[in-house]
Amino acid sequence: MTDISQSAAVPGTAPQRPAATLSARLARWLPRLVMAPSFLVVLIGVYLFIAWTLWISLSSSAMLPRYDFVGLEQYVRLWNTPRWHTAVINLFLFTGLFLAVTIALGLLMAILLDQNIRAEGVLRTVYLYPMALSFIVTGTAWKWVLNPELGVEKVVQSWGWDTFAFDWITRPETAIYCVVIAAVWQSTGFAMAIFLAGLRGIDSSIIKAAQIEGASLPRIYASIIVPLLRPAFLSVIVLLSYISIKSFDLVLALTNAGPGGSTEMPSTFMFAYTFQRNQMGVGAASAIMMLMTVAAIIIPYLYSELREDTHGH
Amino acid sequence: MATKSLARQQMLGRLFIYSALILLALYYLMPLWVMVTTSLKPLDEIYSGSFIGLPQEITFEAWSKAWSGACIGTECTGLRPYFVNSIMMVVPAVLLSTGLGALNGYVLTKWRFKGANLVFGMMLFGCFLPYQAVILPMAQVLGRLGLSGSIPGLVLVHTVYGICFTSLFFRNYFITIPDELTKAAQIDGAGFFRIFLSIMLPAALPIIVVSCIWQFTQVWNDFLFGVSFTSGSDTPITVALNNIVNVTTGRKQYNVDMASAMIAAIPTLLVYVVAGRYFVRGLTAGAVKG
Repeated sequence: MTDISQSAAVPGTAPQRPAATLSARLARWLPRLVMAPSFLVVLIGVYLFIAWTLWISLSSSAMLPRYDFVGLEQYVRLWNTPRWHTAVINLFLFTGLFLAVTIALGLLMAILLDQNIRAEGVLRTVYLYPMALSFIVTGTAWKWVLNPELGVEKVVQSWGWDTFAFDWITRPETAIYCVVIAAVWQSTGFAMAIFLAGLRGIDSSIIKAAQIEGASLPRIYASIIVPLLRPAFLSVIVLLSYISIKSFDLVLALTNAGPGGSTEMPSTFMFAYTFQRNQMGVGAASAIMMLMTVAAIIIPYLYSELREDTHGH
Repeated sequence: MATKSLARQQMLGRLFIYSALILLALYYLMPLWVMVTTSLKPLDEIYSGSFIGLPQEITFEAWSKAWSGACIGTECTGLRPYFVNSIMMVVPAVLLSTGLGALNGYVLTKWRFKGANLVFGMMLFGCFLPYQAVILPMAQVLGRLGLSGSIPGLVLVHTVYGICFTSLFFRNYFITIPDELTKAAQIDGAGFFRIFLSIMLPAALPIIVVSCIWQFTQVWNDFLFGVSFTSGSDTPITVALNNIVNVTTGRKQYNVDMASAMIAAIPTLLVYVVAGRYFVRGLTAGAVKG
């Protein structure tokens, strides 16, 4: 941070004259004035509103906001709610699986695509198009695909495998895996794009040298290339965790948090308690928990990115 | 002999790579394929168990029903009015946030002031804000501004949170334009806006496209703000789609569901197919530092 702000050769400062005219002073302040409205709305929309939500979470608000102070009562209530426990467990289960599968598959796709493939552009387009879709569309499509009466289960059975069962979406113990399947489908292309960009940044002479040494291609990837992709891994992990914590639309469209509340996530919990169950205080407390989780991941990441950025320039 | 088996091994390797890639492609295309074919089938054919195959009889009935006849609650207007709502929301939100983002990026790189980095950092965190943490106060404020439940209200919300992303895009792009260029223009007497309009903007065309596409996709696909702040006939298309799909009365009309999902998906898919390169750049901007 110090680097930029101090070394900044401010081109906007007017030459220092003893009696700066009004227009010169205006010219000097103009950039800040132009930026001010944007900064102000962000200040209000992000930071003031977070403080406001925090306040509601410390009040006795139920159907309407009430601005009193009851300490951590709502948080105690939140952590005593079995539905919230389900939501937190699901979040960890979902995030773990979603990250592991998306990263493994995305990396595999990037490595395969990096082998001088013909029609690479077409394949990339195919892998990445789900990212352009709304989670509601994805949820709707997968709900249909995973539907046991008419979807994949029925098709495989009609091929002759009579006992084939794929009714995960209707069973409380397995429905969360359906959310993982759909989320992975939507996001692998994104992981692939970042890994591919990382692979393209690696000097190809390293691979050639290792090949001359007699190392096999899988070995080269495992011991040389993948470790070089560290920054890409970091980005993918952080951004996918963020996607998974805030994922709301997908769960709603695919399972509507069911069956029987079994796919509840913090985001759906927050929405239900705030807007449908008239427990605004508990809803706000859950939102603050979500925010704290995201902040714990994102702030160190942004800090390290910005620091490297400053040194780079 | 040795070279021959090596060549064979290599060919087998290529074969493996291509088959894996094609299988994956089929997997990624499957849901889209199923959506399109289901939307073109008559309902009886769907219930008789045709899931993955081509329609035996192609009908656009489901599409026309989804567009102008399907019921959402008690209103049987189809998706058309909600499609219009989304357009009315997306166009101003994209233009406003991109315009403001361009100005912010320009100030943050070419007119650096004390604390500019802090300002940028604070905006950057806004890109990763879980919106659940702000919807309650936002609902209160929209109510007091008289904008609650309206499309202009959603435009405001999307502009506020969109600025964080667009400022990041433009800041990271403008930082690559040499300062000498703007300094020289200043010596020639060009002012703040003059430099912006005649030097920065013309150079920024690619990033303007990236920003517009990113914002278009984000705003069009948003569900949380739409469902939290609007209801009834004022909702954007994603909310309406979810309502159509969740109708529980009567025989489930899967073909209409799929046609509705396609209608909601087509605008962003079209943008992606036409300008995929720019879309990917927006997507990876959060990961690749400028």
